[in-house]
Amino acid sequence: MAKPRTLILRAPGTNCDVETAFAFERAGGEAETMHLNRLLEAPHLVSDFQILCIPGGFSFGDDVAAGRIFANQIRHHLADVMKEFRAAGKLVLGICNGFQVLIKSGLLDTDDDLGPAASLSWNDSGRYLARWVQVQASGDKCVFLAGCDQLHLPIAHAEGKFVVRDEQAYRGLDEAGQLVLRYCGVDGCADDYNPNGAFGDVAGMCDQTGRVFGLMPHPERFIDPTQHPKWTRRPMQDVGEGLPLFRNAVRYFS
Amino acid sequence: MLWEIDLHPRPGCVDREAISVVGDAVELGISDRLQVRSARGFLIESASLSEQQVDTLAGELFADATVEEAVCAEVGTQALSTPPNGADAAGTLVHVLLKPGVMDSVAQSAEAAASDFGLPIDAIRTLRKYWIAGADDEQLATVGAKILANDAIEQVVVGPLPFDRLQLGSEYRFALQTVELESLDDQGLMRLSREGQLYLQLAEMQTIQKHFAGLGREPTDVELETLAQTWSEHCSHKTLAGRIAYRDENGERQFENMLKETIFAATQELRARWGDDDWCVSVFRDNAGIVRFDETNNLAFKVETHNHPSALEPYGGANTGIGGVIRDTIGTGMAAKPICNTDVFCFAPPDTPADSLPPGVLNPKQVMRGVVSGVRDYGNRMGIPTVNGAVYFDERYLGNPLVYCGNVGLIPHKMSFKAVKPGDLIVSVGGRTGRDGIHGATFSSAELTSESESLSGGAVQIGNAIEEKKVLDAILAMRDRGLYNALTDCGAGGFSSAVGEMGEEIGAEVWLERAPVKYDGLSYTEIWISEAQERMVLSVPQHNWDEVQKLCAEESVEATVIGKFEPTGRLVLKYHDQIVCDLSMEVLHDGRPPVIREAEYEVPPIQPLVVPASANYTDDLKRILSSYNVASKQWIIRQYDHEVQGGSVIKPLVGVQSDGPSDAAVVRPVLDSRRGVVISCGMNPRYGDFDTYHMAASAIDEAMRNCVAVGADPSRVAILDNFCWGDCEKSATLGSLVRAAIACHDVSLVLETPFISGKDSLNNEFSYVDAEGHKHTIAIPPSLLISAMGQVEDVSQCVTMDLKSAGNLLYLVGNTFDELGGSHFALVNDLIGGHVPMVNAELAKTTFANLHTAIKQGLARSCHDLSEGGLVVAAAEMAFAGDVGATIDLGDVPIAAASLSDAAKLFAESNTRFLCEVAPESKAAFENTLGELVPHACIGETTAEQTLIVQSGTSGDTIVEASLSELKTAWLTPLNW
Repeated sequence: MAKPRTLILRAPGTNCDVETAFAFERAGGEAETMHLNRLLEAPHLVSDFQILCIPGGFSFGDDVAAGRIFANQIRHHLADVMKEFRAAGKLVLGICNGFQVLIKSGLLDTDDDLGPAASLSWNDSGRYLARWVQVQASGDKCVFLAGCDQLHLPIAHAEGKFVVRDEQAYRGLDEAGQLVLRYCGVDGCADDYNPNGAFGDVAGMCDQTGRVFGLMPHPERFIDPTQHPKWTRRPMQDVGEGLPLFRNAVRYFS
Repeated sequence: MLWEIDLHPRPGCVDREAISVVGDAVELGISDRLQVRSARGFLIESASLSEQQVDTLAGELFADATVEEAVCAEVGTQALSTPPNGADAAGTLVHVLLKPGVMDSVAQSAEAAASDFGLPIDAIRTLRKYWIAGADDEQLATVGAKILANDAIEQVVVGPLPFDRLQLGSEYRFALQTVELESLDDQGLMRLSREGQLYLQLAEMQTIQKHFAGLGREPTDVELETLAQTWSEHCSHKTLAGRIAYRDENGERQFENMLKETIFAATQELRARWGDDDWCVSVFRDNAGIVRFDETNNLAFKVETHNHPSALEPYGGANTGIGGVIRDTIGTGMAAKPICNTDVFCFAPPDTPADSLPPGVLNPKQVMRGVVSGVRDYGNRMGIPTVNGAVYFDERYLGNPLVYCGNVGLIPHKMSFKAVKPGDLIVSVGGRTGRDGIHGATFSSAELTSESESLSGGAVQIGNAIEEKKVLDAILAMRDRGLYNALTDCGAGGFSSAVGEMGEEIGAEVWLERAPVKYDGLSYTEIWISEAQERMVLSVPQHNWDEVQKLCAEESVEATVIGKFEPTGRLVLKYHDQIVCDLSMEVLHDGRPPVIREAEYEVPPIQPLVVPASANYTDDLKRILSSYNVASKQWIIRQYDHEVQGGSVIKPLVGVQSDGPSDAAVVRPVLDSRRGVVISCGMNPRYGDFDTYHMAASAIDEAMRNCVAVGADPSRVAILDNFCWGDCEKSATLGSLVRAAIACHDVSLVLETPFISGKDSLNNEFSYVDAEGHKHTIAIPPSLLISAMGQVEDVSQCVTMDLKSAGNLLYLVGNTFDELGGSHFALVNDLIGGHVPMVNAELAKTTFANLHTAIKQGLARSCHDLSEGGLVVAAAEMAFAGDVGATIDLGDVPIAAASLSDAAKLFAESNTRFLCEVAPESKAAFENTLGELVPHACIGETTAEQTLIVQSGTSGDTIVEASLSELKTAWLTPLNW
């Protein structure tokens, strides 16, 4: 069977496209990087792919709000092809800035009658933060997290705090099983495990089908064991803990 | 019509900006009872936008309804004067806007995004709004000037906005300007040089006068500007590359070209010595130095400084500093892909009392915050990991903070050289040209005051990282398709410098009116010398132009043909077919009369350093750990993305909690390879007060130590020099620099570590007049930064500095000497005098080589270089980073002399030393590998106790004892903002 093809969709300011493509290839898939301008010219091109990934970076400089301008492009110009793409049972992944884009584009099923129920906003510290976090996967809805329990992954963002319109909106998403990834404590450094003040410790969420997934941590930055901050303190692992997410996506089509 | 959309935090959401303003007001001692509300806003100019359309924009583009609420109205409307909730107690309304002409990248993006809605919008600008209660008028003014806005780029408007449209430049009417030189005497020439901000010397002005007299005409303004820029210190390095008569205790030495005969000469000699094994590719010729990396790729490395702009506007200065050095790497060879950044800063201590600041000087803490934010926002947005850095504090950096920004790039072997071909088009790619960065001559005071809305922002700029990222993406794609023959960046001097350099061997004709401008009203001269950011110049064969244009459009990058390289040997500038400049390239590049300077150096006499008697040094250790130079820089490091591009191997912070200070960073630039690049640096301005020769030698040794400590191969380390010095017209100041350059030559040759590129920044002095009318000048200490780029064959052989487990042996490698001069022990105890650390380069070479062999064989579980604070500080850092205790017996410390005091063994900063953790089973192999030549000894062991214990070498008493947590707290606390 042919390798599943991933479209890595980049915009001005996207900067994690190369390593994200590499992660999909390492996972056994094929990856092609395309500029948003190209897809806007020919939206049907997306149907050639099984997986769409919006990688990390600062699309349009995070200007106005992180992911907002990219998300509007999707809402205005790509809504139809995205609807078809999802209806065809294909996968969508948004990492960091890609998550910000997905949540603001409505593709994570966060819009209700009152408007968007959830978003990503400024970290409580008011600052950009780069560090590693422990995250806990839950439920069996999300295709990407199949078989995952706890993961140690890096974050690097300023606007990564998961926010909801109100408590009720949160409960709705939680009961729908969409809040599938949460920051969690590890032995010895439990007090600041939630790095940005995210409501409900949410680090990632999926849509109602589990096939569209966005997360703030960067799984593509932990593919090789030497990327881990403490690899010199322990026996060398075979692969990094981020690789299973990409393998799950690729195997979904195998 | 001018609309405004304000975005307020929704009730229940935190007003973070307001909290920060309140906090700053307390910190600066302005007031502790301020009440602040904040909002961010957008001004939208449009002739026909309806209210409903404005609401659509607010809801669908600008506001995030989960956390914000929007207020939309026409400017001047009452609704904009009060915040939506709790308006009664809101206080005075204050607006902060960028001055016209200052880069507003958010507004640029917003304009593009709004046009996507198909709405008729002319222009957008951003603003910030504050409602401030609890402050009197004076406090309000102080808050405005010190907290809310920087006058260099922003303006404060108290009350409603006094305008109802955005002014966007005015029409320019061409008039050719000539400058009368012939009639001027020497005084007149110098006045012109000064007042025209040409900053040329008399001999240079006379040469220009004579040249045009020979031509029988006067120069145009743009000809004079072009000569001034090309002959400037910044572009031609005329002082250090000039004639210098140098004198020190060894006698006199005449240099025809000082840099060429010292630093550059050492590299040439090494390359000749290596012959076929020469791994240098391109040195001291391109925008960055290039060395060989693997079978496919080379590495390019450049470090620049951006000191003066950072003093005026720290955020913008640092922002454009990192943006500039990244363009250097992109503009090297046929373009390198940037893979990591390094940043080194020098500031005055952040706790310098506000009332002791000279007029015109920004608070050092503010400078530091601004600089860090500037580097953060540019580096992170570019997607380039910032992996290495250092911060040094000294009172003498008060008026002259130093900002060194470096970038490493990966470049395919066959792309490492470039050559402009006659007939190629001159293509400008990237940002538009504005009045940015034009020196004061074009930014006259009349323009500043006569119209409040006039275009400003001349000297100080803010970068737009996304523009540069787009340019990078487009250039790498064009490079790989072979669409151009050469490229360079627009840095200082703008088009003038870029086109002038590229066309040096051929000749060029430029059509200035074609350059895309940000707004109307730019004169031909302004277009030519503007230093607007994010621009590159490409040399494109005519037949590739269509493809270049298409590819750039696909990447949303503007590309414009602005001229042609013609084999005329001349630089011809035209504005709508009128010739405004016609100079021969020869005069431009070789016409400058040589600069001749005197330099002398007198070694300050050695004063004895008296160590106060003490039975316990625990407190000294903690005070050194808490001293600003040594203390953790976690607050800075965590704001930088050091993992983007997915190649991070050794991070800047390591250990159990990822908070120990790594010696160097290691990145893997090729994702399916294990070959690594190692980045480190060395610097110690305090040693320069003793002898700049030893300062320079120590800086090289430190940079090498840091590289070797993580596993770099010492025979593949390339280094860069960055000299930041005071006024080099003073012979003693220049002498101290020449002496440092001689040391660079000597040590580089022995270590076989080549310099591949460098840069200098002279005249870092700050003068002010105090309240009594007395003039003071603060010169920075001699500040030589050595940046090192090493390589490691397989990153899985790297080691980190954190102790790994109890029961291992601790080896001290290298001799310790009575070298407390300039040490941090002396600093925290206010001791003067002593011997400054020296370098035995021969022994250093052997030590680096043998230690590397040991590390490569996996014989060291951890390794840390000994630098600021000496042995005991290194031991403390290793222990608390690894959560593993240690005991050390000073009696076993290797020394060359008959005896040495405990204080010196603990705190001396002698060079070429490492502390290594060795498993007992590796003992013999480790010792054998180091060999007899390299001094080393087992001085202690790692323990399961959470303590560091050091025993005296003479009495055997415990002289240092502390828990790891108290040591770590001492180290983490001072800069944990």
